[in-house]
Amino acid sequence: MSTQSRTTTRPGEPGPGVGPSGEALGPDRAKVRSGPRSSLRQRTELTILLGPALVLFVGFVLVPIAVAVYYSIYKWNGFGPLKDVVGFGNYRRALTDTVFLHSIIHNVIIAGLSLLIQLPLSIGIALLLNRKIRGRTFLRLVVFAPYVLSSAVTAVMWSLMLQPGGFIDHLSKAVGIGAHTWLADIHIVLYTIFVVASWQYMGFGIVLLLAGLQGIPSELREAAALDGATAWQTTRMVILPLLGPTIRIWIFLSMIGSLQLFDLPWIMTGGGPANASSTMSTYLIDKGFHSYEFGYGSAVAVILFVICFVFALLYQRFALRRDTQGALTRMVR
Amino acid sequence: MTSRTTRSLAQRSLKGRQLAAISVVAVAALGLAACSSGKSNAGSSGTPTSGGSSSTTASASQPAPSGSSAGGDLNGGKPVTLTWWHNANTDPGKSAFQKVAADFHAAHPNVTINVQPFQNEDIKTKIPIALQGTPPDIFQQWGGGALAQQIQSGKIADITQFTQSWIGDLGKGAAGWAVDGKQYGVPYDYHVVGFWYRTDLFQKAGISDPPATLDDLLSDITKLKAAGITPIALGGKDKWPDAFYWENFILKECPQDTIVSSLNAKKLSDPCFVKAGDDLKKLIDAKPFNSGFLSTSAQQGAGSSAGLLANGKAAMELQGDWEMAVIPPLTSDKQVASKMGFFPFPSVSGGQGTPGAALGGGDGFSCSTKAPDACAAFLQYLTSVPVETELIKANAITIPSNGKATDAIADPTLKKVLAYLQGVTYNQLYFDQYMTAAIGNAINDAVSNFIAGQGSSADLAGTVAKAASQ
Repeated sequence: MSTQSRTTTRPGEPGPGVGPSGEALGPDRAKVRSGPRSSLRQRTELTILLGPALVLFVGFVLVPIAVAVYYSIYKWNGFGPLKDVVGFGNYRRALTDTVFLHSIIHNVIIAGLSLLIQLPLSIGIALLLNRKIRGRTFLRLVVFAPYVLSSAVTAVMWSLMLQPGGFIDHLSKAVGIGAHTWLADIHIVLYTIFVVASWQYMGFGIVLLLAGLQGIPSELREAAALDGATAWQTTRMVILPLLGPTIRIWIFLSMIGSLQLFDLPWIMTGGGPANASSTMSTYLIDKGFHSYEFGYGSAVAVILFVICFVFALLYQRFALRRDTQGALTRMVR
Repeated sequence: MTSRTTRSLAQRSLKGRQLAAISVVAVAALGLAACSSGKSNAGSSGTPTSGGSSSTTASASQPAPSGSSAGGDLNGGKPVTLTWWHNANTDPGKSAFQKVAADFHAAHPNVTINVQPFQNEDIKTKIPIALQGTPPDIFQQWGGGALAQQIQSGKIADITQFTQSWIGDLGKGAAGWAVDGKQYGVPYDYHVVGFWYRTDLFQKAGISDPPATLDDLLSDITKLKAAGITPIALGGKDKWPDAFYWENFILKECPQDTIVSSLNAKKLSDPCFVKAGDDLKKLIDAKPFNSGFLSTSAQQGAGSSAGLLANGKAAMELQGDWEMAVIPPLTSDKQVASKMGFFPFPSVSGGQGTPGAALGGGDGFSCSTKAPDACAAFLQYLTSVPVETELIKANAITIPSNGKATDAIADPTLKKVLAYLQGVTYNQLYFDQYMTAAIGNAINDAVSNFIAGQGSSADLAGTVAKAASQ
């Protein structure tokens, strides 16, 4: 991204510590740039530090993306030479395929539900676990535990609990919801998977938010208390605003995760029944590997990449900008 | 594609169609000698030739590599290591295959086989990727349209010259591993699909004979439901079990010529294909399936469709012969095998289907171009009577590709299946394997959606042409 690349040091530049438009640069940066004499050392340092990462990034991110773009203009079954150029045909097909369009909608639904349900719940639990309550460490552990499981284990475990006559059916009957075919009902299955995803990933969000809460100086809380603020006012006016950067990062991770959701639906339902739980990723794997349509699959992958990338850029630009100030030397204007 | 995979997932790698059994041409196995042209016995490098004889004389307990292409001549006598990818990643298949590889190496010391078992779904995704780079030298192959696509990579050996002397032993079914008359793979077992049922539950519901027609089946479904028994288990999550229904109805509604020519033309325009969809609709409307069948897997765990049958929670399942290997581990009932019965897919009134038609397939292996003669010799060994006999006894395969090895089948129900298979005159490869992967996958998706209540019989029949146009 342009932000980072432009920051990489131009040794000769004047005025250490202040960018051209006058905003303060991060303290670390100011220290490093102590003058032209250190430029050789600096370059060596940069080469050593950035080199391996750069090689990996180019080799395993940029090149594969370029290759996928290249494949995506062919009709290609993965075997033999690439010769059947279809131009944008694969993209046209994807964007007119109702199954793929529904898959995008499913991703968006998951992302929306994460925002509406996971986020408030996570903040609430994090606030709770941040208080001095008995067994706090244990509770934190319990909350975080699901995240430690691999998605495959989670998916298999929940599939077993959700099968007809399984644990969840007993539970839902006990609380009066009644038994349902949780994974076989095309109207329910997507939400079932959302619940499982929440179960798995909320622990991570909560730990993230807890870390954010720990970073809020207790003096602020005390000051608010001295000023006669109620607990609710303190939370609303002091804690939550200061938790902002953490929340924005959580949203970012959650959105990207939702857009790429793959393992849970793939293992639990394979995207079914009748594509009711398909996501962009399950669609892409199904077309690429099961149908031997690697050209088309590549086009779908490129679309998925563009959606995530555009989202990430916009989010960086509009939401994360303040938070990353100081971490990056110069912001995109 | 998914289909074959998961089917064999039972990891005993079962599958098979019966054809072999039928046509079992009695051509003696002495084959390879002809191809590797007499050089074989030229006393080349240390050939310990275990038994040094033809397969027929080898004792069953110590199968010897068949054929006379004795050891050292393979790959010009130079040492070679062949990597073998198969999907029998659990016992008994895993150790059985390991032993086959070791025995072959003992007979041909210059050929070392590096065995790499993979889980079935894994191997399905690994093979197409490997064919874009360096493929394994011997690898799982289900034949049909996917094979025809894979050979476009130029990395699968045409082994016709090495197999022609003995491929006849494997019957007509081996043609499923040939493209344009050239052999690109060899099947080691065959499969046929039919209804597996619980004799005890049928009895409980007062059904004396298994249904022979769709109407019988529908009335039996009513009886089973009245007795509080789930009539049919269906693993809809995996989709290929869904497709079995439609394809079987097609075999009952359409004559062989129509099916084959329509599939080859990639257009199912004959009205009989729509009628098959209507038949399937009739069955679906009887609501015979287990609760949640749309998300039920076929073979994994007690909650799978096979598991329901194994535990007496459902009375029937439409599956291949591998069912007998899949079921026992899914239940604590040690007597389960004796409670299982088999009946062919019921006929429909007015159907124009060719009598003696059945749906099936098989498992096999293809060779890379690295040392095709050694690979072919290995496949000849693998499919020889003594080795397949051993594999049957070890429960690693159900119905052998080599018709002369069928004597080793001991289970009475499987014997019935074998007899049925031997009466089959036209064994249609599962559509998803017969067609290219894209069309096959589209068929499975479409039938799965149809069973979930989406689309008409006409839409279903139109799937093939639609997928072919993309």
